[in-house]
Amino acid sequence: MEPSFLQWLADPGLSHFLILSAILFSLGIMAVLSKRNVIMVLMGVELILNSANINFIAFSRFTDLSLDGHMIGLFVIIVAAAEAAVALAIVLNAYKRFKTINLDDISMLKG
Amino acid sequence: MFTTIPIIILLLPLLGFILMIFFGKKLPRQGDWLSSGLISISLLLSIYLLINKVSSHSEEMISHSFTWVLIGSGSIEIGIAIDNLAAVMLVVVTLVSALVHYFSMGYMKDDVRYSRYYAYLGLFSFSMLGIVITNNLLLMYAAWELVGISSYLLIGHWYEKKSASNAANKAFIVNRIGDFGMFIGIMILFFTYSTFTFETIFSSINSGHLPFGSEQWLTAAGILIFCGAVGKSAQFPLHVWLPDAMEGPTPVSALIHAATMVAAGVYLVARVFPMLTSDALLVIAYIGAITSLIAATIAITQFDIKKVLAYSTISQLGYMIMALGVGAFTAGFMHLVTHAAFKAGLFLGAGSVIYAMHESLHKAKDHHTDAQDVRNMGGLKSKMPITYITFLVFTLAISGIPFTSGFLSKDEILAGTLAFSTMNGHWILPVIGFAVAAMTALYMFRLLILTFHGKPADESIISGVKESPKVMTIPLMVLAALSLFVFYSFNPLGAASGWFYAAIEQPMSVVPELIQPASAHVFHEAVEHIHGMAMIISILMAASGVLLAFAMYQWKKVSADKLTERAGVLYKGAFNKWYFDEVYNMAFVGGTIILTKILRWFDENIIDGIVNGSATITKIISGISGWIDINVVDGLVNATANTADRAGGLLSKIQTGKVQVYLVYVVFSFLVLFILFL
Repeated sequence: MEPSFLQWLADPGLSHFLILSAILFSLGIMAVLSKRNVIMVLMGVELILNSANINFIAFSRFTDLSLDGHMIGLFVIIVAAAEAAVALAIVLNAYKRFKTINLDDISMLKG
Repeated sequence: MFTTIPIIILLLPLLGFILMIFFGKKLPRQGDWLSSGLISISLLLSIYLLINKVSSHSEEMISHSFTWVLIGSGSIEIGIAIDNLAAVMLVVVTLVSALVHYFSMGYMKDDVRYSRYYAYLGLFSFSMLGIVITNNLLLMYAAWELVGISSYLLIGHWYEKKSASNAANKAFIVNRIGDFGMFIGIMILFFTYSTFTFETIFSSINSGHLPFGSEQWLTAAGILIFCGAVGKSAQFPLHVWLPDAMEGPTPVSALIHAATMVAAGVYLVARVFPMLTSDALLVIAYIGAITSLIAATIAITQFDIKKVLAYSTISQLGYMIMALGVGAFTAGFMHLVTHAAFKAGLFLGAGSVIYAMHESLHKAKDHHTDAQDVRNMGGLKSKMPITYITFLVFTLAISGIPFTSGFLSKDEILAGTLAFSTMNGHWILPVIGFAVAAMTALYMFRLLILTFHGKPADESIISGVKESPKVMTIPLMVLAALSLFVFYSFNPLGAASGWFYAAIEQPMSVVPELIQPASAHVFHEAVEHIHGMAMIISILMAASGVLLAFAMYQWKKVSADKLTERAGVLYKGAFNKWYFDEVYNMAFVGGTIILTKILRWFDENIIDGIVNGSATITKIISGISGWIDINVVDGLVNATANTADRAGGLLSKIQTGKVQVYLVYVVFSFLVLFILFL
């Protein structure tokens, strides 16, 4: 490891959070795109939402936005909870209908 | 009152026709009593009219006319005019018609179209009376054509027979040729005088107004009107229809083709006599002479009883026409009247014989022997005494033996031709006249002897022959009585002193002086001069004809076969009717057929060619436009559809239905946009 990188690592700033957020976002996308299980896809969506939350809060901490970022972060968490409820309901219905929650098998919109 | 009687006489047969054609079959006895009754009333009225007219001794006409059509400033008047000529003719027509009505009750009994036959007889009588009483050419022409059509209907009465329907067609068509000339003549007169009325035309000519201002045109108009008479009266060269017309029922032949319709031509010439120029009359005289000669020669050679009578009719009509042509007006018309009686009688007598033969053949179940061929007859004298005696009287009359009506009129005609030749040297006319007189006696007695005298040709048939019923023999007796001299003149050797000559006077010629025929007065003087000589020659001629007939057929002193052999070509020509039919067939029928063939070729090759050509062109054009439609228009439409289809196909591949794939697109697109815009 180069000392400068370790140094950078030892002194957390905005960019650290942004990178973390980016990694989290990428993992979320990765999960959404690659997982076959609907539940796992929904988890990926949660990851993406949370990466956005980290962004909001990091910008709120390192700039002079004071608590605005936190407010939005809270807001997102609430919306995410609602969204998860709705999504799970949809999943439940989809399961009732297709007897599966494998996304590859639910492809009625195929052209 | 006298103006209504002729109209009643005219309309009664028409009424009969209308009733019979619609209700004839439903009436008892199929209505023959109705037709016969109506024509009998007409006959009685006609006789009443004639007696009144003649006894009044006035030349005044019964006439009545009214305006029928107004054309611009002009008008067409139609009406009736009864002079003595017409009054006599009325009696002739109604008398023969009535007798034929009675006779037909026997002859046509059991006929398939009995009531229609009577209906047509009524139509014919009406038309014929129309010709007689009219005072103008227009009405006469109409009646003339009506006569033609009723003749056509009656000749073709047994139309199931091909020969009968052909004969009907021939009669009608040949008549039309003559009528065509007549129509042109009438139109020349109408164009010039703007009227059809005889009196007006005559008075205009008299005042010097000529068609197109030329005397030749007047002659031409006269000859053209005479063309109608040539057709109807079966004159050379249109005589060919009359022998064929014998295909009709025999009473019809008696009525139409012996006594009345064929006499219509003579009547027409008599009607227009005042306007005929000397040239026109000369043509008429020669046509008559040629006709009488040709027909007489043919009549000698024929074996069909009706054919002999038919040619004899043509010959006698030629006589009448010749008489009018030379100016022997009264003699010609008198011959018409006397001829009507004895020739109708001859035909009815022949009908009686044919009827009896038919019955006998029918009983013997013989359907091959010709009931009209004299070679199958002979010895009928004792079987049918009444028919024989009446037939003998008619034969004497037509042969011109003294004390008969035929002698009176024929003698006057011959005297007329002789007088004519002394005036202007046309000696051929009396020569033909006297020759035909001898021939007439010869062929009529030949017919009489072959039919009634001698031994039967076939005993089995003749023994079955019985005298015809009363309804047929009584008309024969009436006509036989009318063939005696007393009805026409009380002097058996001269007609000139009789009532007939007093009643029928030659009308004054109205044509300009220069082209006028010899006036009646001059002519009569010439006839007076020559009458005795003419009478002696005519008696001699008739006697020689009768003697020759007896020598050849009764006593067999002269062999008929040897004579025919010696006559060679002449006999053959006459036997084959001088090949008129063949020549006409070749020239006119054949010509028409060739013409139609040419026209057909033209049709098939030129007209059809044009039509087919245009069809082919249309077909080619439509083929091209069809190809364009299928390949270009449809191609464009299809190409659009195909493109859309293919594009859709391509695009549908993207639509996998898998949510994650869509998301990949979203992310990928976002990244692209991100890279592009930032």
